[in-house]
Amino acid sequence: MESEILKIVELSAAFDEHTVLRGINLGIPGEKVTAIMGPSGCGKTTLIRCINRMHELVPGARVSGKVYLAGEDIYRLNPIIVRRRVGMVFQRPNPFPTMSIYDNVIAGYKLNGIKLKKSEADRIVEESLTKAALWDEVKDSIYKRGTFLSGGQQQRLCVARALAMKPQILLLDEPTSALDPKATARIEELIGELKQDVTIILVTHNIGQAARVSDYTAFLYLGELIEFGTTEKLFTVPEDKRTEEYLTGKFG
Amino acid sequence: MKEKSLSGRIMSDKMFITGISILSFLVLVPLILILIYIVRNGISVVNWKFLVSLPRPVGEPGGGISNALVGTAILIGLACVVSVPLGIASGIFLSEQRRSKFAYVVRLFTEVLQGIPSIVIGIIAYLWIVKQLGGFSALSGGIALGIMMLPVVIRSTEETLKLIPHSLREASLALGVPYYRTVLKVLLPAALGGITTGIILSIARIAGETAPLLFTVFGSPFMETNIFKPVNSLPLLIFNYATSPYPEWHSLAWGASFVLVVFVLGMNLLSKLVASKWKVRY
Amino acid sequence: MGQANGLSRHLANAYPGGILQFLNRNTRAIGLGDRVFTKAILVCGIAIVVLLLGIFVTLMIESLPAIRAFGIGFIGSKNWDPVAGAFGGLPFLVGTLITSLLALGLAVPFAVSIAILLGEYWKRGPHAGLLRSAVDLLAGIPSVIYGFWGLMVLVPLVRTFELKIHVAPYGVGIFTASIVLAVMIIPYAAALGREVIELVPADLKEAAYSMGATRSEVVRRVILPHASSGILAGILLALGRAVGETMAVTMVIGNSNFLPKSIFSPANTMASVIANEFTEATDEIHLASLVEIGLLLFAVTIVINIVGRYIIHRASVEA
Repeated sequence: MESEILKIVELSAAFDEHTVLRGINLGIPGEKVTAIMGPSGCGKTTLIRCINRMHELVPGARVSGKVYLAGEDIYRLNPIIVRRRVGMVFQRPNPFPTMSIYDNVIAGYKLNGIKLKKSEADRIVEESLTKAALWDEVKDSIYKRGTFLSGGQQQRLCVARALAMKPQILLLDEPTSALDPKATARIEELIGELKQDVTIILVTHNIGQAARVSDYTAFLYLGELIEFGTTEKLFTVPEDKRTEEYLTGKFG
Repeated sequence: MKEKSLSGRIMSDKMFITGISILSFLVLVPLILILIYIVRNGISVVNWKFLVSLPRPVGEPGGGISNALVGTAILIGLACVVSVPLGIASGIFLSEQRRSKFAYVVRLFTEVLQGIPSIVIGIIAYLWIVKQLGGFSALSGGIALGIMMLPVVIRSTEETLKLIPHSLREASLALGVPYYRTVLKVLLPAALGGITTGIILSIARIAGETAPLLFTVFGSPFMETNIFKPVNSLPLLIFNYATSPYPEWHSLAWGASFVLVVFVLGMNLLSKLVASKWKVRY
Repeated sequence: MGQANGLSRHLANAYPGGILQFLNRNTRAIGLGDRVFTKAILVCGIAIVVLLLGIFVTLMIESLPAIRAFGIGFIGSKNWDPVAGAFGGLPFLVGTLITSLLALGLAVPFAVSIAILLGEYWKRGPHAGLLRSAVDLLAGIPSVIYGFWGLMVLVPLVRTFELKIHVAPYGVGIFTASIVLAVMIIPYAAALGREVIELVPADLKEAAYSMGATRSEVVRRVILPHASSGILAGILLALGRAVGETMAVTMVIGNSNFLPKSIFSPANTMASVIANEFTEATDEIHLASLVEIGLLLFAVTIVINIVGRYIIHRASVEA
């Protein structure tokens, strides 16, 4: 297996007394797409929210275990630093409604009070939007509000916003669940293009999507990691019976 | 058991709607009468000279409301300085800590504050400021009006912030933006339209307040811009002229009423404009 | 439950200091800005509480000379004579009570009609727009202008009326003040009433319609009973407004410090006597007595407001 950029050791998470994740051990290979799939309520979203320390923002949230990002324990780092190094795209597109497309892309810098030279900002905006496959569509209306774009475009804007911070990992939390099939196809295509630059962790409840875009797949069930391996292997010769049952639609 | 006939029931249905419509539209009668009086008696008085000249003693023709306009502007300014920063910050507190016990107390106190009669606020400003400074002043009136504005600013800030979707906060936090910057730079700008609307509406309300000014700013026949001196204000001038025995002063009071009502209406329209123009799409 | 315990044990083993401490250690890493900000907004919240308590304490302290001098008898004494140094608040309590209740009685039929019309019949459309703007306008006119208009237009009319019915033709007095007050509180009560009527669940109404009820029957048998506590609270809050209203009342009530004999008598309310005498009150005891009236006014409006808000809150939770 290639070098692991992210290593999760004995990770458990809970909301008050309600356990969501139990003893997860997982190594995420760098510059690949890893899909996390499982039926709804299995803890997929919580798992990735532990990776950028968003989980702990919910009142009553608890975590234990370790998460190493490129060898560093993220729970010993300032969560703000962690979140700048681990980008996230959410289920529903959430561009900043008061900002232009341009400002949305460099929002990570602006909101953090990081000053950018105009030329530098221009470059980051163009580069990020190009990577997010949105540049050609919006380059003439870059100073318009981001919320006037279509849902699919908004979601790609959110990808560009995350990429602008040059994260080591990009978390995608069911990024297509609010989109139509055409916009979904566009995002899936984009995921394939992006993996050269950034490690992607994709949460999905759509088995087909995991099969189409990911290199590795983890199957989560009732808060436990059931199986992890290359997508090809997991989909063709699953080791665990539950994985097989899930893939054949017996539950979830 | 007696059953009413269908036609009787339809009849009573019609009578009901007719009855409540008549009652409702009867309320328009005093409104129209008041507006007619203000416009008929006021418009003949109001001209440019009326707006820019000082009041004159009884018997002298002319005379205007310039000092009252300036005084009202000063009072509104002071009230905003007192209430807007504190009100917005308290509104943020209520929306951010919405489930805490203490927020519940603050919310209740805000509602109670809103219900305090304006004359009582006047007493307080007198006891707190006038008595301490040893004289009537614009400052004391501004503070009284500020206390009256405060609950409205708090409520509108809280209500607007509450409507902002959670996803927006997450978007910012996930970019590694600290919590305080998320609130100040993402949530607050998104709420700006609603907060501004609330501020404009509360200005419209305090612009016509008289009771808290009676023993704080007191009134003055001169042009005064020192906030530690008594000033004149539009509603005070209306009150003093209206309760005087001189018909000339009554007509000046109608003129001032006309100006005040136009200002209040203008602020109401402005608030609607701001609400629709600054509407944030999520 | 077993799973939760399992996790707790697991967490306890992993972090002897306890899981919560684990998170705390890291939240402490959160920057200075966040800590300052959280404290700052908390301080502003505290400021609101301090402000209200400060108002209450100030009124208490400043009315102490009057409370010491007259005790509880202040409320029951009908003698208010600044020259003789005798102060009793009864005339103003009675004046306030009669004026407000009369105004409320006049306002309620109109306010409830508007609330029904806007809350049930005309949710949108030109009629609704017209009525709604008119009500907003009525609420927006400053109190002093109501007073002025009352003085110039209503007082002569009432005087003529009083001559016709053979009572002393003052023109000013409780009756005139109540009419002006009624007009002023109609928009307030109507707006609150409309809100609770709009909250009545649609399935309740539909159930009644499906049994063949006419619209007015639905309004009277379903909507009004369901919204009754909310409407009552709205009326209560409007009463709170009426009790505290100062300028319009001061200008048309006639400023008499005697116990009113009839609804056509000149009188004073708690608010109007303060407005009239506060700047002239030179002796300590006169001022303290006026502050005590203010304290009573404060207490009455707070009780009315809290009860009203409580009922509305309960009604909106139920709906």
